[in-house]
Amino acid sequence: MARLSQNAEEILESLWVMTVEGDNVGCLLTSLNLNRDTEELVELIQRSYVEIKGDRVYLRREGRPDAQMTVRRHRLAERLTMDILGISGDEGNEQACEFEHLLRQGVDTKLCTLLNHPTTCPHGNPIPPGECCIKARQQGEPGIVALTELKSGESGEIAYLSASDDKKMQKLMSMGVLPGSQLLLVQKFPSYIFKVGQSQFAVDDTLAREIHVRRPV
Amino acid sequence: MPDTQTSALKVVLVGNPNVGKSVVFNALTGAYTTVSNYPGTSVEVSRGHCSLVGQSYEILDTPGMYSMMPITEEERVARKILLTEDPHVVIHVIDARNLERMLPMTLQLIEADLPVILVVNILDEAERLGMQIDLNLLQQNLGIPVVGAVMKRKMGLDALRQTISEYAVVANKPFIYAQDLEQDICQIANLIGGRYRLSRRATSLLLMQKDDDIQDLISVEETESSFQLLTEATREISFRRRADLNLQISLERRKVCKQVLQGVVTQSQEETESFSEKLSSWMMNPLTGAPILLLVVYLGLYKFVGGFGAGTLVDFLEGNVFENYVNPPIVHLAEKYLTAHWLFELVVGEYGVWTLGIRYAVALVLPIVGTFFLVFSLLEDTGYFPRLALLVDRLFKKIGLSGRAVIPIVLGFGCDTMATLVTRTLETKRERIIATMLLALAIPCSAQLGVILGLLSAEPHALLVWTVFLTFLFLFIGFLAAKILPGESPVFYMEIPPLRLPQLRNVMVKTLTRMQSYFVEILPLFLFASVVLWAGKMTGTLDNVIHLFSPIVRAIGLPVEVTTAFVFGFFRRDFGAAGLYDLQSSGLLSVTQLTVAAVTLTLFVPCVAQFLVMLKERGVKVAMMIFIFVTIMAFSSGWFLNKFLLMTGLLA
Repeated sequence: MARLSQNAEEILESLWVMTVEGDNVGCLLTSLNLNRDTEELVELIQRSYVEIKGDRVYLRREGRPDAQMTVRRHRLAERLTMDILGISGDEGNEQACEFEHLLRQGVDTKLCTLLNHPTTCPHGNPIPPGECCIKARQQGEPGIVALTELKSGESGEIAYLSASDDKKMQKLMSMGVLPGSQLLLVQKFPSYIFKVGQSQFAVDDTLAREIHVRRPV
Repeated sequence: MPDTQTSALKVVLVGNPNVGKSVVFNALTGAYTTVSNYPGTSVEVSRGHCSLVGQSYEILDTPGMYSMMPITEEERVARKILLTEDPHVVIHVIDARNLERMLPMTLQLIEADLPVILVVNILDEAERLGMQIDLNLLQQNLGIPVVGAVMKRKMGLDALRQTISEYAVVANKPFIYAQDLEQDICQIANLIGGRYRLSRRATSLLLMQKDDDIQDLISVEETESSFQLLTEATREISFRRRADLNLQISLERRKVCKQVLQGVVTQSQEETESFSEKLSSWMMNPLTGAPILLLVVYLGLYKFVGGFGAGTLVDFLEGNVFENYVNPPIVHLAEKYLTAHWLFELVVGEYGVWTLGIRYAVALVLPIVGTFFLVFSLLEDTGYFPRLALLVDRLFKKIGLSGRAVIPIVLGFGCDTMATLVTRTLETKRERIIATMLLALAIPCSAQLGVILGLLSAEPHALLVWTVFLTFLFLFIGFLAAKILPGESPVFYMEIPPLRLPQLRNVMVKTLTRMQSYFVEILPLFLFASVVLWAGKMTGTLDNVIHLFSPIVRAIGLPVEVTTAFVFGFFRRDFGAAGLYDLQSSGLLSVTQLTVAAVTLTLFVPCVAQFLVMLKERGVKVAMMIFIFVTIMAFSSGWFLNKFLLMTGLLA
């Protein structure tokens, strides 16, 4: 079957976010800016991915896997643009929207592995796990994750600090937050609080995202 | 050296924040600097003197620094001392509980060829955690004198004194890093021709790390050609090592520290969570932290400062002591001797130096500010503020500040002038501007707060309107400023010191020091203000000014008499509020008018002192813009609120 068009993917994505993650029952066509004859909608209906009842459009079971993977690609793309390329704000969102459509045919798996199977996007929404994530979990890979990915009470060894802001990183280093140190995450909200040695530190999520921790096996 | 007996030798105290530098300073000099439990509160360098075995010493206490490479303003101030002064010894104070973390800076000081004495402080707490520290071995491994101490109980003070007076310069033992790094250091060091306070090795490392101050220093001290060569060489190295130079240096230092600490620390038992740790986690959890904050505000600010300070104490001083015992004899004396009308007016007249200046300053303002500083110092000493900072960080980000700004903002409720000075500790210019503006606009100082609480407490609805309106405006203007002002939003990171029981002496010293500096700053201005107002009244200028202002005041629905309060308000914010107090007692204001006046006055231009500090800290252009903005904002808000209240009949 031919590939879904970009706009069709966007529709699936919105449906997933609103009805699966949110508590909407179906979506008003108008809230998606669609009408019955929109080309992409027809495309989805032909595949039995969605159905229209009254003025609402519903995601069908057949459409769920593709919708889920689209959301996954989008959020992986956000991780790429915001964390790795360091493009933040609206610009980052826009770029992520462009990137997500390029993440096909295994590119998403490669990216996911490179990013070490992240579980949330920069906005804190969950990234649906792909096969690679499940496999990695089964193999029990310790994995290096950003501080934001740890749970409160979890500890690990600081693996590296990604240095988007040199001065801030130097500051952290001079305070003793250095690769090789054991770190214990105490609290995640409203700020990240962690313990290194006998000292406690608080950082916001911008910095927490740049501290990467190796989970114990 | 023939003149060692007469000239003072310099002793410089350095170290991380919160390790007890100021306690060491106090113990050595017998003087009192403020001891705080908040990273980055002392921006100034304190100087004191002491004498040991007939030799006098000048002791310098520097702001906290984490490494020889300064990042914040405080660190720059501290490092500058090391670059410019010529110390007899540098005392590096560290926290025994965090040896491994703080030792890298000791290495840097040694590396810089400074005459270092290491003080391992807070040994008692370390022992409580089950740590045993072999100080002799540490001294041997480092090759510098090491003194163990519990300075707050003066343990180790005598040993430190002896070490200072017997200190003899010995060649520092160099620590060796990885070979490739050493090669680069050598390459730079060999190109350096000038003589610097820091060793060539340290200077080279700082150059490689692109330290601005060192680069400036080099450009002055080196010859044209060697400067050229140095620049090229450092550029080449920085580029080659662009990925991880700073990290590598840090890691190398840590490796050396591990070697130095081999066998020094033994940990005997696992620690258990103490009550203070539990309390600490309650303070940091938003669910329990918010009620704790409310409790602190209610008990500390409302009950103690508002109720006890502004109520009981003011009533006692103003209503009893001054009214019954101080004023009558003075007025009596004045009537007897100050026969000239103008002289009588100057001293005990309506705007007299005595009646207006001293009475307000002593009886009305001092008790309020004093009780505020007491609460503030108490909280500061326990270590509550860093916890508050991390709690509000998310909210503060919305108004363009980081959690770090909690100190200047909270201090603003005591004295906006002092708070504006403290905005210096914020990291970006953008944050400093936003904080300065919000302080000038929406944060009432304690004296003003006390008087306004007193004024409005009889009218709970008016108090509610005042609180809601100011909170809204604070957030709204902050939010707009964050949107409009260019620049990156700030990043928040902070060390959270352990909670501790406040030390009575610390708290008293801090409170008294703050009260003293407030008084020194305020009294001249009160006197100045009353003289200006007196002159204004005698020459009729005051009437003209009031006349000029009165259309605006009338436009926001207030009686003309309030103008005087506004004109006073500029000389001191609280002064203006106190003026309202008089109007209220004579029954000139309706509830709506009172509310509008209180809001406008709170928002209105800061007092003269704050304005001068704004000029000094932010520059003429920014300060003037804030001044004009705040004035417009104050009156238009007053106008709006008046219309709104009249229309809705909310307070009718």
